[in-house]
Amino acid sequence: MQSAILKLDKIVKTFPGVKALDGASLQVYPGKVMALMGENGAGKSTLMKVLTGIYQSDSGSIEYQGQAVNFSGPRQSQLAGISIIHQELNLIPELSIAENIFLGREPCHRFGAIDWQTMYRQADQLLARLDVKHSSRTLLGQLSLGAQQLVEIAKAISFESKVIIMDEPTDALTDVETLSLFRVINELKQQGCGIVYISHRLKEIFTICDHVTVLRDGQFIAERCIDDLSEDAMIELMVGRQLDEQYPYQDHRQDSICLELQDLRAADTPAVSFKLKQGELLGIAGLMGAGRTELMKLIFGAIPIQSGDILLNGQPLTIESSQDALANGIAYISEDRKGEGLLLELSVKENMSLCSLGELSQFGQIQHKREQAKVAEFIKAFNIKTPTQEQAIGLLSGGNQQKVAIAKGLMTQPKVLILDEPTRGVDVGARKEIYQLINQFKAQGLAVIMVSSDMPELLGLSDRILVMHQGQISAEFERHQAGQEQILAAAVGKYQTEGTL
Amino acid sequence: MKPVSTYSTAAPSPQNMRVKAWLIEQKSLLALLFLIALVSMLTPHFFSVDNLLNIFRQTSVNAIIAVGMTLVILTAGIDLSVGSVLALCGALAATLIGMEIPVLVAVPTALLAGASLGAISGIIIAKGKVQAFIATLVTMTLLRGVTMVYTDGRPVTTGFTDVADQFAWFGTGNALGIPVPVWLMVVVFAAVWYLLNHTRFGRYIYAVGGNEAAARLSGINVDRVKIGVYALSGTLAALAAIIVTSRLSSAQPTAGTGYELDAIAAVVLGGTSLAGGKGRIMGTLVGALIIGFLNNALNLLDVSSYYQMIVKASVILLAVMVDNKHK
Repeated sequence: MQSAILKLDKIVKTFPGVKALDGASLQVYPGKVMALMGENGAGKSTLMKVLTGIYQSDSGSIEYQGQAVNFSGPRQSQLAGISIIHQELNLIPELSIAENIFLGREPCHRFGAIDWQTMYRQADQLLARLDVKHSSRTLLGQLSLGAQQLVEIAKAISFESKVIIMDEPTDALTDVETLSLFRVINELKQQGCGIVYISHRLKEIFTICDHVTVLRDGQFIAERCIDDLSEDAMIELMVGRQLDEQYPYQDHRQDSICLELQDLRAADTPAVSFKLKQGELLGIAGLMGAGRTELMKLIFGAIPIQSGDILLNGQPLTIESSQDALANGIAYISEDRKGEGLLLELSVKENMSLCSLGELSQFGQIQHKREQAKVAEFIKAFNIKTPTQEQAIGLLSGGNQQKVAIAKGLMTQPKVLILDEPTRGVDVGARKEIYQLINQFKAQGLAVIMVSSDMPELLGLSDRILVMHQGQISAEFERHQAGQEQILAAAVGKYQTEGTL
Repeated sequence: MKPVSTYSTAAPSPQNMRVKAWLIEQKSLLALLFLIALVSMLTPHFFSVDNLLNIFRQTSVNAIIAVGMTLVILTAGIDLSVGSVLALCGALAATLIGMEIPVLVAVPTALLAGASLGAISGIIIAKGKVQAFIATLVTMTLLRGVTMVYTDGRPVTTGFTDVADQFAWFGTGNALGIPVPVWLMVVVFAAVWYLLNHTRFGRYIYAVGGNEAAARLSGINVDRVKIGVYALSGTLAALAAIIVTSRLSSAQPTAGTGYELDAIAAVVLGGTSLAGGKGRIMGTLVGALIIGFLNNALNLLDVSSYYQMIVKASVILLAVMVDNKHK
């Protein structure tokens, strides 16, 4: 094997009370993609922060291009040629693409005025290399998330980076955008760039990566060649034990119709109709921007209804706000956990009971004992890992945060549960637990709608799949009736099943 | 899933950590105690019962307004109109008392007026989707203008009737040897502490300030919460107006000018975040007392009022910077 361009060896990092890294190691080879795998809390992010100098390690060494280095901050590591592309993009929507790429190091004339011509020309060249069709004068905010990601990569390239770290780069991307990202990665490989690829999506790891490094509990577990590893074997390395089937499907469908949409539309969307049985899990597929989240928010009363009806158990509902939806037994768990799902400053308890305080209060006074008992019950049922109910929720891992979010919806005792990307940013072990919980809900007769961009998850769990394209339902598939290709074709509008549209 | 517990044994004991965390939490209280110790060494008169009661009484008006301000700031808003609400409600109360309308009618009427004026700001913010700073800047200017027009720029006296004497009790009276304004302050803090910690409305205030989008999707009537806190802020400004008007036996049309800034200072000194969603009502009490003690100490030390402003500004800046360091 060729020698590594970057070598992190036996890194130890302790925070007050917690040993985040306990002998973590990682090697990056030029022209290769190294997957960095591990459950949430395994220390992947901490290791990357040590590498880029955001944290200083307690012990261990970093060797870059054959020399021992110790960066004092991300600026320094970036200038040395190590770029990191974070899960949450660090770009400014109000500035143009070029301004974002050259932020803080704009090419200047002699007297300090910005040399716009040079800046746009250089930016356009970078974009051309990445096959981005936009002009570098376009405002970043007008781009899709995928295109924004490519701008972030263009920025990394402009530093002539020799190592690029990508932290969950495809989390917000559509399948088409993911493919073009992979093309760019292959190009970077040919130029001798070493890439660290962090993702929860195993399929991608096997598609794009050459090697895998697995961390568990802050420790280095193994480095393997991707060809020597099966999916199951990798999960075993990550969780430290064997996992049985990844998508535990159970059929709990009942005959009675629970929810029915009749030509439901918002002011600027086409009308949508579908039916949902009790105990059924309806998967909603589609590309980013296909209107999936908008439809869910329409049902949930967060977007005003223009016309059409929502029927619950045959009774038409009047839904003018999320309050109405919750009161009628429809709960919605947002795709955007941090933005509109949870209150990060508040405790686990306060988050979980927020929708149910009416139930838990008398004359406006919260009955603390009942609240605590109820929350304790859900923490146990959902196997949520938290030291106490009073823990600020921002300090929990992504998987546990998501469980709290689902528990919050379920505490209102809904008849219909809408899950929007329920496993985004959730590690393999916690995913499995969430799937099992969904099965439990189904067994109790709950109707579930699940929006997901994770195709295997959608195929593995759904009783039925609706595919959305431009705000409309372009296809409907029964379980096992369709594969990934047909769904994708329907999502881009090239495939239609009879009776739809 | 395997538990990801990586707690090391070398960490400081949890008890030490808790004491330290508590001290950091209470640092505004510690600052207050330090201030008291310092001043009592410098001036012999400071620790007399009379002087302490005096400080509490002088603090009460700012503290009561600051309570309303805390509620508003917890929802990530701001209320600049409190000083103008105070002036207008004071003028209204003085007029009613001057007309010999019984105290038990006049005072609730003034409080109700304060609630309505606050609610107007709230409605502009919640329903009109105007930023709180702009909306209350508008009501601040508007209500000051209304007060000037109404009073023609002259003080409104409460007169020399029996009703006026009864009304004077709010500002000058004593109960169990403690001034009535201090009692009012204590009741207001206790009530709002209960509201924030034991009621749904209190929880919703934190939720709206912490993440408005999430609060809305949790089925909280965000508009109602917002209108509610501005109405409460207006009510408390009206209560402050009653104390001020009662004490002077007249309402000044310029009363309350700049009070919003003192109230905001008290809230910030008390550790409440201007970004919303984070803060404690008892912190505001400590914040208001810090300002009160500081004013009193500077007076006792015979510092000119010009220098007082500079000292006050420095103390607030220092306190906020120390606060930021621990975040």
